[in-house]
Amino acid sequence: MAQKLPKKDAVIIGLGWTGSILAHELCEVGLDVVAIERGPWRDTATSFPISYAQDELRYRIQHDLFLRPAQMSVTFRNKAGETALPVRNWGAFMLGNGVGGAGIHWNAETWRFLPSDFVLRTHLTQRYGEKFLPDDMTIQDWGITWDDIEPHYDKFEYLCGTSGTAGNLKGKIQDGGNPFEGPRSRPYPTPAQKQPFSHTLYAKAARELGYKPFPQPSGNLSEAYTNPLGVKMGKCTYCGFCEWFGCANYSKASPQTTILPALMRMKNFEVRTESEVTRINLDRSRTRATGVTFVDTSGQEWEQPADLVLLCAFQLFNVQLLLLSGIGKPYDPQSGEGHIGRNFTHQTMSGAIGFFDKDKYNFNPFVSSGAIGMCIDEFNGDNFDHGPLGFVGGGYLGQVQTNGRPIETTPVPPGTPNWGPKWKQAQRDNYLSAVTATSGVHGSMYSYKTNYLDLDPTYKDRFGRPLMRLTMDFHDNELKMSAYLTDKFSAIIKQMGAKQVVPHLRKGPYDVTAYQTSHLCGGAIMGSDPKSSAVNRYLQSWDVPNLFVQGATAFPQNHGYNPTGTVGALAFWSAAAIRSQYLKNPGPLVHA
Amino acid sequence: MFSLSRRKLLTSTAVALLLAPHIARAAIVKGGLPWTPNAADPPKMVRPGAWKYFTADEAAAVEALVDRLIPADDLTPGGKDLGCAVYIDRQLAGPQGRHEGRYMSGPFQKGTKQQGEQSPTTPAELYRKALAALDRYCAQKYAGKRFAELGDADKDAVIGGLEHGSVKLEGIEDDTFFKRILKDTQNGFYADPIYGANKDLAAWRMIGFPGTRYDYTDWVERHNERVPLAPVGISSHPDWSH
Repeated sequence: MAQKLPKKDAVIIGLGWTGSILAHELCEVGLDVVAIERGPWRDTATSFPISYAQDELRYRIQHDLFLRPAQMSVTFRNKAGETALPVRNWGAFMLGNGVGGAGIHWNAETWRFLPSDFVLRTHLTQRYGEKFLPDDMTIQDWGITWDDIEPHYDKFEYLCGTSGTAGNLKGKIQDGGNPFEGPRSRPYPTPAQKQPFSHTLYAKAARELGYKPFPQPSGNLSEAYTNPLGVKMGKCTYCGFCEWFGCANYSKASPQTTILPALMRMKNFEVRTESEVTRINLDRSRTRATGVTFVDTSGQEWEQPADLVLLCAFQLFNVQLLLLSGIGKPYDPQSGEGHIGRNFTHQTMSGAIGFFDKDKYNFNPFVSSGAIGMCIDEFNGDNFDHGPLGFVGGGYLGQVQTNGRPIETTPVPPGTPNWGPKWKQAQRDNYLSAVTATSGVHGSMYSYKTNYLDLDPTYKDRFGRPLMRLTMDFHDNELKMSAYLTDKFSAIIKQMGAKQVVPHLRKGPYDVTAYQTSHLCGGAIMGSDPKSSAVNRYLQSWDVPNLFVQGATAFPQNHGYNPTGTVGALAFWSAAAIRSQYLKNPGPLVHA
Repeated sequence: MFSLSRRKLLTSTAVALLLAPHIARAAIVKGGLPWTPNAADPPKMVRPGAWKYFTADEAAAVEALVDRLIPADDLTPGGKDLGCAVYIDRQLAGPQGRHEGRYMSGPFQKGTKQQGEQSPTTPAELYRKALAALDRYCAQKYAGKRFAELGDADKDAVIGGLEHGSVKLEGIEDDTFFKRILKDTQNGFYADPIYGANKDLAAWRMIGFPGTRYDYTDWVERHNERVPLAPVGISSHPDWSH
């Protein structure tokens, strides 16, 4: 029997990036806010201190900071009609756990999407015609424009202290930045990071081939920074332990290093850790959320009533909670009707390894950070003419080498034995002189009728609730796009002077064991029409107006960039609408 | 200013907290950033000594295997002297050996390659079964000898057979065991020495990885220069202890 807690103004499900941003924005205007977090309390000094944070086996290989599949997993199949089987150990993506969420273990590559990305279907059909798009592709406009979202990108970057070089300042193209980016209202808060040898050589090669390379926008800071909340961050020391790790040096933007110190001091905020929300409760009309039910580690069930519910869990679990709570109409891939679970996307990653003459090149791959890198954007979004190519989409091409950690990053040329003396020699001969981009070709994945999320009929979590079922495969459009971009990328690596370039193409079928990125998107997408979206342009549920669903869950498709910059911007955008409009007059912010 | 208030939660979890003080429990955090002394969870250093999981026969086979997967040469000592068998033994005796944390609910059924591993067998069970099958295979093929008793050329032939499918181990699917022990051996080789292998940081020295250093700022813009520093690990710098 659930014990009922005193009512709050707002309950937040999940205290990661979006939960922390929303909590702070709402506490600032005086709301009494509680966050319910499935995982533990985490902070730098206790969870990943400098004395042992740099442990590749524990954090990278054995996933110490991540959600345990035993606690919650998902099932996977390529196509409807196949039997989905559980993901028993994480592979293609990693799911964060605990306070800070995925904001702890990310690399902090802090991108903005392109202005045309937000109006994708309109843009592509205007330029190429409706027939140019594959029949089963379900891409959509976001319901917002660049001008809507730009101030909120700015807010997120200044929260994080993002290091970068502006490419377009108020419409004026800037030397050394990304000339394709949308106009930004201000420069990055801190200058770009210094670049090690392989990144510098990549930029030189790219320039020789006629491209305009620029430093990747990075949440590993080039210098000490104090953000608008008064929280201080330290300068990155290029230790090479970023993604999969917590930063022991307060240099990587995360809720811990940017918001929580300010948020935790607010008297109108509290977080309940190790407490898993099992459903969002609705009143009899099923158009109003009354709060949430959660279970703590003793198995005690609690009911937390609230006027406003903010769903801020990871993308998959946002969709799962909506389905388990009976909110919105589940997507039906046969009819194409319904919207919860629709337009599920990931990323199309590929790359190429360059092997260089070891007597001439020494790259010191361990001198790095998670978001350091030099990139080109000539082949992202619709920055190039797709007409003759027969596909849509793209991605940035970057020498983004994040580490030289030896278990993960000891590449050897094809044909090297897997063990024995020759394996050892090849390890020694290539470690310092090979170039292995972690984000090489960071390709988009557009949405399709046949890629979706629903509840698994067989496999359950520890409470007996159905797991999320992922039905996902690569489509020809993405594989064509990826092959084209990988070819362009390989040519740059060759131009750097590699004696051997080994392309790593992305091939189908989609494989849940092969790590790509943790950029899962969609499933409760935003839009301007309740028939084709789950939430409106402010991330407010069409069905339950006192529920807002945050995060990459809202992306109608995934674009050729890392998503967290956009996730952060959307959280500020949504928070601004709640503060300036919703709280004054609670109800639908957009009338269907 | 800070208060870690368990209030109502405490009444229902107090007993559990007393019994298992190191297991995290639901808590209400408010009023500031919490701080409790010794809340960190550092890794426990593996010490050589008696086997924790392997029997003597299993240990002999694993030492022989890791010593061929990573043979002694002028680059490093062999896998056995580097501690790879000790590393695997301690891993199997701990949570990794039990597949702790994995989703292990049934039904178990074989799927496609891209659906990933679906076996209910834990790594500890796999080693136990496969090592016994390996010695049985060798006894039959090599006049009653165990794997550890074979000459290097025969050992390499057996390992190559496991890798390429010409040697089948009774009750073991395909190359599951070969892949497992290869990955475990190489993980131990390159892991921090705190886990029992990579003795004296020999693997990091071999490739030129200066280890888990806090600050490489001085080296970012020193392009194409070899960092001349000897490696350091979490536990220490090996030169500090001798």
